[in-house]
Amino acid sequence: MPSRSPKDQRDRQRRESSKLTAHRGLATWGEKLVPLAEFRRATAAAGRALSASERELEVASWREPRPDPTPVEGPFSRVAVFGGVYNNHYALAALLDDARARGAEAIYCLGDLGGFGPSPEKVWPLLERGSVRTIQGNYEESLAAGLEDCNCGYTDPRDNHFAELSYGYTARNCSPQFKLWMGELPKRRRIRVGERELLLVHGSPRRINEFLFHSTSPVPFLEVLLAQERADGLLCTHTGLPWHRRLESGGDVINVGVIGRPANDGRAEVCYCLVDDREDELGVELVGLGYDHHALAEEMRREALPNEFIETVLSGWWTTCLEILPAKERAASRF
Amino acid sequence: MVETTRSSPPAENLAAPVVELGSLDTLWFQVAGTVCNLACTHCFVSSSPTNHTHENLSLAEIVPYLEEGSRLGVREYYFTGGEPFLNPEMEAILAKTLELGPATVLTNGLLLDPVRCERLAALAAASDYSLDLRVSMDGYDAESNDPIRGEGTFERILAGIGNLHRAGLNPVITVTEVHDANASREGRVRFFRLLTELGIDKPRLKILPIFRMGAEAERGGAYESWQRLRQGDAPAGDWSHLQCSACRMVTDQGVWVCPILVNEPEGKMGESLADTLEPYPLEHPACWTCHVYGVSCRT
Repeated sequence: MPSRSPKDQRDRQRRESSKLTAHRGLATWGEKLVPLAEFRRATAAAGRALSASERELEVASWREPRPDPTPVEGPFSRVAVFGGVYNNHYALAALLDDARARGAEAIYCLGDLGGFGPSPEKVWPLLERGSVRTIQGNYEESLAAGLEDCNCGYTDPRDNHFAELSYGYTARNCSPQFKLWMGELPKRRRIRVGERELLLVHGSPRRINEFLFHSTSPVPFLEVLLAQERADGLLCTHTGLPWHRRLESGGDVINVGVIGRPANDGRAEVCYCLVDDREDELGVELVGLGYDHHALAEEMRREALPNEFIETVLSGWWTTCLEILPAKERAASRF
Repeated sequence: MVETTRSSPPAENLAAPVVELGSLDTLWFQVAGTVCNLACTHCFVSSSPTNHTHENLSLAEIVPYLEEGSRLGVREYYFTGGEPFLNPEMEAILAKTLELGPATVLTNGLLLDPVRCERLAALAAASDYSLDLRVSMDGYDAESNDPIRGEGTFERILAGIGNLHRAGLNPVITVTEVHDANASREGRVRFFRLLTELGIDKPRLKILPIFRMGAEAERGGAYESWQRLRQGDAPAGDWSHLQCSACRMVTDQGVWVCPILVNEPEGKMGESLADTLEPYPLEHPACWTCHVYGVSCRT
């Protein structure tokens, strides 16, 4: 600490104290100081003030459904929906068996086929053979367009470092034909389960890479999304963490989780969703799925993928992509 | 000298672009007005103990905005000032807000005593939604922090962060680029180390650029005349990367376009949220900062 002379100290104290009292009776209008009353008069006159009925109209039109030409598939009585394969062909194979055994009439994938795991090309024949109806995730969008990164939406440099590693690996190991196929996938689908119409997207109805976490997707927000989309339910993925909220309107919003890596809960199993038609509600089951995660870890080692990823597969705890977690989800996280 | 011909009017004659409100995701409250127990030399709203340009918002004033925000599908609520915990109703406001959605408080950390931190942790635990505390610092040591935030503040901020941590809350440390070193690789490492030494094993850090306005205009200099947005600055006129395409700010005097422009009457858009769903012209030089630095005040 540099030593200060008594005069320096007095000067500094004077400056500090004048800063603390500088605004007495005055308002800051930009960099100007003006009498408080002058600022208040200016703000009272600024902006617009609609009548009560005009405000009601504004709010109502804000919530109004936006046109969506997406055709509606179905009706079904039971479907399986999963997301985030992340090259995990072991989990995908296990899922196809499990979903059929549980009576799913159709199987939907919400995108993000690549990243994280090994041998990207292996999931393609499984999707084809299982007649999986797939939509585009940010991974497919980026790979098909030849972009340099996955557009996952990370901000932290460490998260981006690992995202670049896994995107680079996937991009190098995907055939041009597979990338073309990805580019032709739709960005959303609509399905009918019983009487209910459900919207299927990757991140959110607004953005392919928007994160819908449980602790940051409040009920009023979800109600408006469903109203604007004229849907009885919404299914999404992208965050990696599964959850289900039933809204006061009776609508359902489900993040189906991912089958590519565990849900950051210390368990090796992954998650997908079964929805079915029940008499008075939509049946929603988030299904825990075991698979040969040791074989996956072994193949990841052979492919020289980062140890951090392999550790996640084996331990069930995330070691990367932690910065995106909201406070509640981060508090429940090991790292 | 080569003669050039202009195919378009001089840049200064072009009208400012306008930003559409695509969705109302983030609702801000200037909950403590511009009143603060500090007078930081880089504060873009010049908050100080005597700055009453905006006053506290009471719970009763906030509730109608929470209700209106819910109907418009607000996703998250942010509280700033001034110093939010100078507002005597701050915790009651948070309790009410956390019934509706996630909340974040931007604080200088000085009023985070152990008892308050325990109460905040209880509020966080009782809600389905996330509660985040963002604590501001402007240097990783007293020598760099205190000239900006005030004598002795570094130690007091660390004490507040420690109290949050012991109560089970993990704050996001918010640092401005007031010193170049803050945002550097080494700077980040120093901040992370500081937090780790306090026992925080999951350090969280957000770095924000400086807005050259308010007190900062005097400290670091004001905007230059060329620092303005023009039509064509964003590809295809898409301004959806700006926070004002998805936020509004409530103060005791109405609803503003964003948290940055509250000391500009032109930043005010209306009295209720429904008045403010219109596009807004990006005329202020601060809009340039948000665009060029890709800033969002959200965490």
